[in-house]
Amino acid sequence: MFELIGVPPQALFGQLLLGLINGAFYALLSLGLAVIFGLMNVINFTHGAQYMMGAFCAWMLLTYFGIPYWGALVLAPIIVGLFGVLIERLFISRLYHLDHLYGLLLTFGLALIVEGLFRREYGISGLPYSNPIPGGTNLGFMFLPWYRAWVVVFSLTVCLATWFVIEKTQLGAYLRAATERPDLVQAFGINVPRMITLTYGFGVGLAALAGVLAAPIYSVNPVMGANLIIVVFAVVVIGGMGSIMGSIITGFGLGVIEGLTKVFYPEASNTVIFIIMAVVLMLRPQGLFGTPK
Amino acid sequence: MNMERARSWDLRVFAALVALGLLAPLVVYPVFLMKVLCFALFACAFNLLIGYVGLLSFGHAMFFGFAAYVAGHLAKVGTVSLPFGLPFLGWHWIVIPIPPLTPELAILGGVLVAALLGVIVGAIAIRRQGIYFAMVTLALAQMVYFLCVQAKFTGGEDGIQAIPRRPILGLLDVGNDFTFYYVVLAIFCAGFLIIYRTIHSPFGQVLKAIRENEARAISLGYAVSRFKLIAFVISAALAGLAGATKAMVFQLASLTDVTWQMSGEVVLMTLVGGMGTVFGPAVGAGIIIYMQNYLAGFGEWVLVIQGVIFVVAVLLFRRGIVGELVAFFRRRAAKPAEPAAAIGLAKPAE
Repeated sequence: MFELIGVPPQALFGQLLLGLINGAFYALLSLGLAVIFGLMNVINFTHGAQYMMGAFCAWMLLTYFGIPYWGALVLAPIIVGLFGVLIERLFISRLYHLDHLYGLLLTFGLALIVEGLFRREYGISGLPYSNPIPGGTNLGFMFLPWYRAWVVVFSLTVCLATWFVIEKTQLGAYLRAATERPDLVQAFGINVPRMITLTYGFGVGLAALAGVLAAPIYSVNPVMGANLIIVVFAVVVIGGMGSIMGSIITGFGLGVIEGLTKVFYPEASNTVIFIIMAVVLMLRPQGLFGTPK
Repeated sequence: MNMERARSWDLRVFAALVALGLLAPLVVYPVFLMKVLCFALFACAFNLLIGYVGLLSFGHAMFFGFAAYVAGHLAKVGTVSLPFGLPFLGWHWIVIPIPPLTPELAILGGVLVAALLGVIVGAIAIRRQGIYFAMVTLALAQMVYFLCVQAKFTGGEDGIQAIPRRPILGLLDVGNDFTFYYVVLAIFCAGFLIIYRTIHSPFGQVLKAIRENEARAISLGYAVSRFKLIAFVISAALAGLAGATKAMVFQLASLTDVTWQMSGEVVLMTLVGGMGTVFGPAVGAGIIIYMQNYLAGFGEWVLVIQGVIFVVAVLLFRRGIVGELVAFFRRRAAKPAEPAAAIGLAKPAE
């Protein structure tokens, strides 16, 4: 272990863990984006704002209602998901017959509104959210905080469960069918518009869940989503949005690569994902898991 | 379609606007006018892509802001140090000694660098279409943003301040804003005419064909990627021209101009004014800049209001202000033809 170009293992594994955690957020967010895009052909620019809303929702539940982290973990995604349903019904559903770019512009506008309102109310300095599982264990080569281990394990479980539902169940089969031919699926008596609405709500719920998970690690902050979503877009471009498993693998993988870059070449840690995106676009434009079209 | 007539109208409107522009600083604060002109040019350059090639670049701030840094650096310091990496030997610097430049050369330098950046970014981004193109440009712009945060010459959070405005060509003193306004007006007109010429050239017709039906344009034998790339580079260079000029106007180049918010703002300006219209982006820029000035004291509400305008524009008037006006006049011009047809005169061919 010690011959790794003079990098102490503590730092290496610490960054690796942080990379896995960021990767978990990338995976959860890009998964939601992929599910929404698959069915609606809309790139949900509000995704970052909804991630931020998830974190704020957890903070508000704790501060105003005394509901602890574990309650927020269930409630916040539902609340933010319902907000997503409302947005889909009120605004996005009016744009399906138009060029997809309008969906992008609309959700970008919505993101500005949400972010602006939260910034006005809470400023940009960030609010603390206490760690629900303090402490950790010493593994010999590194210190493992319980909460971070929980984030990685839990988000991996959620990702795999989502994959299972979409790829292996009847509901998922409907969903995949509606992605290909919404008109045919509707002709079989399935309410596709309602399915679209619920799918959007689900994707938004995933973003909010990532937000709740992030709250104890990063401070709860109105701008926490805006910068993250751009990286997630790059992740989505690298992975290609065709495959659910692809989103999960790409998300975690890029998180780890980013973490390793922080150890070995910190100057590039902010840009490494974008550089990978550029390289992937040159070599395989449809993305690692995308299908050429 | 009567293109000749539409074009003669365009020129008349342009002449009227230039006349207005010549007189405007007598009544309006010139710095405000220069800001509007810079953003109008920026929006027009952006519109060349979205309006005429159908490519939504969500990262145009990288050209605008980076050209501002380059122009600012050339005008203030001059000397350029380029890094290059050698395997096992680390980073080295090539130093090109240049004296601090006059504004026109500094702006030219900014434009050239923006065009070069446009070649690189364009070559990567045009490999994807539609929504992916938007995401790729946004991501690459964020990369340029981080480079600007880390690079030495940009001055980090401080930016490049107190950029000197030397006499143009060593002759024309542009120290006061009133004189410099006319220089900026000339730059805007030159940029605008380049865009206008591009749109109305055979090259521009191919761009529109790509926008309408890319597969068809390919089957007709056009090297679509090359056309897209050239349009992208022209747009990037002109966005750079706008940014470099803005750096000279405010004598400041800062991180604000490379952020994704700035990319979003130029989208908003173009959307409000009218995507794919000749004058729309300039009108949109005027409206948004005026609004920002007016609302400057309201802090975060500016963000909220911009978001609301986005939503309203997308849901209710997608053609933008100028687009709606044009559509209105077309409808009115089309009306008198009906009675003639009713009494059996000059019935148009089916």
